Amino acid sequence: MTIVTVSLLLVISACGSSDNENQSANNNGNNEGESKSGEVEIFSWWTGAGEEEGLLALIDLFEEEHPDITVENAAVAGGAGTNAKAVLATRMEGNDPPSTFQVHGGEELNKSWVAADKMEPLNDLYEENDWMDKFPDELIELVSDDGNIYSVPVNVHRGNPVFYNIEIFEEHDLEVPTTFDEFFEVAETLDDAGITPLALGDKESWPATQIFENVLLGVLGPDDYQALFAGEIDFSDERVVEAAEIFGEMLEYVNEDHASRNWQDSAQLVADGEAAMLNMGDWAKGYFTNDLDLETNEDFGYFNFPETDGVFQVITDTFGLPKGVDNREDVETFLTFLGSTEAQDVFNPLKGGIPARVDADEDKYDEYGQDAMEAFKESRLTPSLAHGSAASEGFLTEANQATNVFVTQRDVDNFIESLENAAADEQ
Amino acid sequence: MKHKQIKKAKKGLSKDHLMAIAFLLPSLLLIAIFVYGFISWTGYVSLSNYHTLVPDFTFAGLKNYIHLFKDFRFQSGLRNTLFFTIFFILIVIILGLSLAILIDQKLKGESLFRNIFLFPMALSFIVTGVVWQWLLNPTTGFNQMLKFFGITPKWYTDTNILAGFEWGSIEFGLPVAIISVVIAAVWQMTGFSLAMYLAGLRGIPEELREAARMDGASEFQVYMKVVLPLLMPITMSVVIIMGHMSLKIFDLVYAMTGPGANFVTDVPGVYMFEETFRANNYANGAAIAMVMLVLVAVVIIPYLWSSRRGDRS
Repeated sequence: MTIVTVSLLLVISACGSSDNENQSANNNGNNEGESKSGEVEIFSWWTGAGEEEGLLALIDLFEEEHPDITVENAAVAGGAGTNAKAVLATRMEGNDPPSTFQVHGGEELNKSWVAADKMEPLNDLYEENDWMDKFPDELIELVSDDGNIYSVPVNVHRGNPVFYNIEIFEEHDLEVPTTFDEFFEVAETLDDAGITPLALGDKESWPATQIFENVLLGVLGPDDYQALFAGEIDFSDERVVEAAEIFGEMLEYVNEDHASRNWQDSAQLVADGEAAMLNMGDWAKGYFTNDLDLETNEDFGYFNFPETDGVFQVITDTFGLPKGVDNREDVETFLTFLGSTEAQDVFNPLKGGIPARVDADEDKYDEYGQDAMEAFKESRLTPSLAHGSAASEGFLTEANQATNVFVTQRDVDNFIESLENAAADEQ
Repeated sequence: MKHKQIKKAKKGLSKDHLMAIAFLLPSLLLIAIFVYGFISWTGYVSLSNYHTLVPDFTFAGLKNYIHLFKDFRFQSGLRNTLFFTIFFILIVIILGLSLAILIDQKLKGESLFRNIFLFPMALSFIVTGVVWQWLLNPTTGFNQMLKFFGITPKWYTDTNILAGFEWGSIEFGLPVAIISVVIAAVWQMTGFSLAMYLAGLRGIPEELREAARMDGASEFQVYMKVVLPLLMPITMSVVIIMGHMSLKIFDLVYAMTGPGANFVTDVPGVYMFEETFRANNYANGAAIAMVMLVLVAVVIIPYLWSSRRGDRS
C-alpha cells in the first residue's frame, strides 16, 4: 500500500516538476520570486507536545520525498487556534495568504474563507488522487460547499467520548451509563460519596458548549441535530429546551472551581481521582497517556456520551489552497502528500487523533485509536458546534457567550432566547 | 523670550519656521494617516454591516451601537471597567503615596526598597496575569494557606455581585471577582506611582516645610497643608496615566481570568478581541473600539485642556 502511494506521489511530483522548471526559468530574472518557488509555508496552531512532533515528522517526511521543496513551519501557539486565527485573518485580508493553513472542516471553512471567496476548489486534486472513496462521504460533505471541495482533511478527533477514572467506578461498583437517567444515577452515587461526578474546566467557554452540543445530539439524534444547525428546526423547539434542562442538571454535578480551570486542568481532576468523568474531545486521551503517563483501559476508560451511541461528533483539521498563492503547483504537491495514508499514519499516532482516510494502517494506532477508527467507519458523522464545524464563527461566539451566562445563571428561557437571537443574526 | 517667538511667528515665513515645518511634516502626515485616518476608518466600519469575513460596507446607522448597549456582555464589561478603574486608581494612589512618603524619610537602604517596589513594573501584564492566576486560584493559590484559618475565598471565580440591583439586562454592583484583577494590577503599577510621588516629594524645597514648621505646623499638618497640595499635579498625572491604562486594559485580564463566569471579569478590550478575531464580526468589534476611544477621551481631553491653559498662563 505504502509503495503504491509513494510511487503515486513520485509520478505526481514528476508531472509537477516540468512546470516547476518553467516557473523557475521564468523567475530567474526575479530574485524575489526565485526564493519563493520551491517553498511551501504551512500555517497551523500545532505547537503542543504531541501535535508539534507530528507536524515536524510530517515536514521531515515530505522534504525527504521532495528535496526540491522546502517547508516553512509557520505555527502560532495558542489552544484551539485562538491566536493563530487572528494572525491568519490579518494575513488573508492583507492578501498575504500562507501556502496552506489549518482550518476545521465545516462552517469554519465554508462560512468564512469560502464565503469570502478566498479559497480554490480542490475537486481536481480529489479526482487525480482517487480520494472520493478514501474519505467518508459525510466528511467530504463537511469540507464542501455547493459541490466544490475546498480542503484536505488530515486528522479526525471525536468530540463525544466521556473519559472516566476506572478505579473510582470499580470502587463504587458503577456501570458505564448509556442513557441520561443512568448518567444521573451514577452522578448521584458519586456525589453522595463525596467525589465530583463530572469534571469541567470552562475558563474558556467551549468545554461547556461541548457538553451542551452532546446533550443536544443525544436528545435530537443525528438527523435533527444537523437540521437544527441548518436552520430547519428552531432553537425554541421543545427538545432543545429539554436538552438545555438536562445540560443544566449536569452542571449541578461539576467541580466548583470550573471557571478557573482550562481543559487540561479538568482532565487532571479525573487523573487524580478527584473527579470521575470528563466529557472532552479525544485529544484528552493524548493528554492522559503522554503527559500524565496513564494507561488506557487500566487507569482511565472511555464511553460514548449518553444516548450518542453510533454517532461520531467530528472535529477535523483540514488544509486548503488559498487564492493568490504564487506557487500553486508546490502547494498542491504538499496537499497531495497530506492526503496520503503515509502522511496521515505518520502524523496521527503522534498527535493522538485518527486518520481522516478510512484505509489507513490500523496497526500504527493504540487501543483507543483502533476503537475510534472502527467507530469512524461505522457511525453517523455529525459536525461539532464547539469547534466551529456546525455553525459559523459568529454563531459559535454568541453560543459560547450564552453558555457562559447559562453555566452561572441556569436560566433556561434566557439561554434559549440567546441562542435564537444568535441564529437570527446569522440570517 | 516668549514674546520674541510670538512676534516671529506673526511675521511668519522665517527660515527657522519653514525648516521646523519641513521637519515636522513627515511625522504629521504619518500620524494623520496611521492614527487619525485609521480611527476614522474604524469609526466607519463600526457603522457598517461588516459582520463576517465577507466585507460589507453598506451603511447600518447606529444599529451596532444599539445592539452593543443592549448586550448583556457589553453592559457587564462596562460595569467591571468602572469598578476596576475606581479601585485601581484609588489604591495605586494611596499605596504609592504612602510608600513614597515612607521611603522619603531618609531611611537606610532606600534604594533597595525603591527597587523592590519598582521591579513588578518591569514585567509585562501577561506575566503578572499568569502568576496571579495561580496565586489567586481557589484551589492552588493563597487558599492553601488561608484554609488553615477556615477561609477560602473564591477570588476571580466568584460570581457574586455586591450590593447588586437590576439595571439594564445586568445586575449592577461591585463584582467580587474583579477585586482579584485589581490586586494584580495594583501589585504591578504601585511602583510607578511610587516613583512619580517620590520625584514629586524630592522636588518640594525643604524651605517650604521649614517655613511651615516655623509657623507652628505639626508634621501631620505639614503634609496635609503643604506637601499634598504641592503634589496635586503629580496626582493628576497618575490619575490620567492609570485611568487610560485601566480603561483600555486587555492583556492582564486576558491572561489572568478571561471573561470569567457570567462575564464578571470581562472588559471591553477582551470583548473587542473576541468579537473581531473569533467571531469575525468586524463591525461590532469596531463599535466596541470606538466606545473605548470615547471613554479614554473623556478622561484625557479635560486634562489636555487644563494643561494647555496652564501653559498659556
